[in-house]
Amino acid sequence: MTIDWVSFTPWAALSGGLLIGSAAAVFLLFNGRIAGISGVIGGLLKPSAGGIGWRIAFAAGLLAAPLLYRASVGMPDIRIDAGTPLLIAAGLIVGIGTRYGSGCTSGHGVCGLSRLSTRSMVAVPVFMMAGFATVYVVRHLLPLSGA
Amino acid sequence: MGALISSFIAGLIFGVGLLVSGMANPAKVLGFLDLAGAWDPSLALVMGGAIGVASVAFAFIIRRGRTLSGAPLQLPTATQIDRRLVVGSLMFGVGWGLAGFCPGPAIVAVGLMQTKAVIFTLAMLAGMAIFEWLDARRAAAIRGR
Repeated sequence: MTIDWVSFTPWAALSGGLLIGSAAAVFLLFNGRIAGISGVIGGLLKPSAGGIGWRIAFAAGLLAAPLLYRASVGMPDIRIDAGTPLLIAAGLIVGIGTRYGSGCTSGHGVCGLSRLSTRSMVAVPVFMMAGFATVYVVRHLLPLSGA
Repeated sequence: MGALISSFIAGLIFGVGLLVSGMANPAKVLGFLDLAGAWDPSLALVMGGAIGVASVAFAFIIRRGRTLSGAPLQLPTATQIDRRLVVGSLMFGVGWGLAGFCPGPAIVAVGLMQTKAVIFTLAMLAGMAIFEWLDARRAAAIRGR
């Protein structure tokens, strides 16, 4: 393993993390709910999921975040290398998987670990390992991968 | 109305946090997931920072047991480690590793009018709808048994 010191941004990562944790705290304190993005968004597609107004409001906040960021900091650096077929496949798998597993990086990762949920303590290592393994296969085993 | 405003603000802070941290950038996420390449450890600090704040705040709020306005907390009640949890998380990890997007960052990138993020997010919503359809069928099959 070699560490990519040029790309490593410890202070931005830490301060962004503090904001994410604060947002989860605000959401639990004011709305009484876990800030799990796949659950918040997925509930929009489920008729019996208990109210859609707050779900749309949360999604609107996420969508508005780049506008605030651009106005105060500048254009964020976003690079998406995957092509359309890969994006569609990945999106479908993420959509089904996060709902089937009841959470993603936010619900299990940030919130679940923070409240010491046993299920999240299983889910997080499982999806992390799957992510590491997938990138290893795509970048280092498949002959087609250029990046 | 208050619940809508606090929900919007939570989403806004969450999204800004994703942008500041670099989580919203799939190239950076894949740099973290690529242990065998030039590894960028940044995202470990994102998780560390987020969990550091949330675990302290959650401990207080959960002990309090109510929201600021006095409503009961709606915490997940499931405790069982089942196949759904493991298989679902496994699938999510694979999809995350393929494109570098998880649900939150994808929606934030849609806010930047990134065409590729829109494609991913539409596919993700379709996947979630497929899950609901399969889940409803499964529930109906169990009821009919």
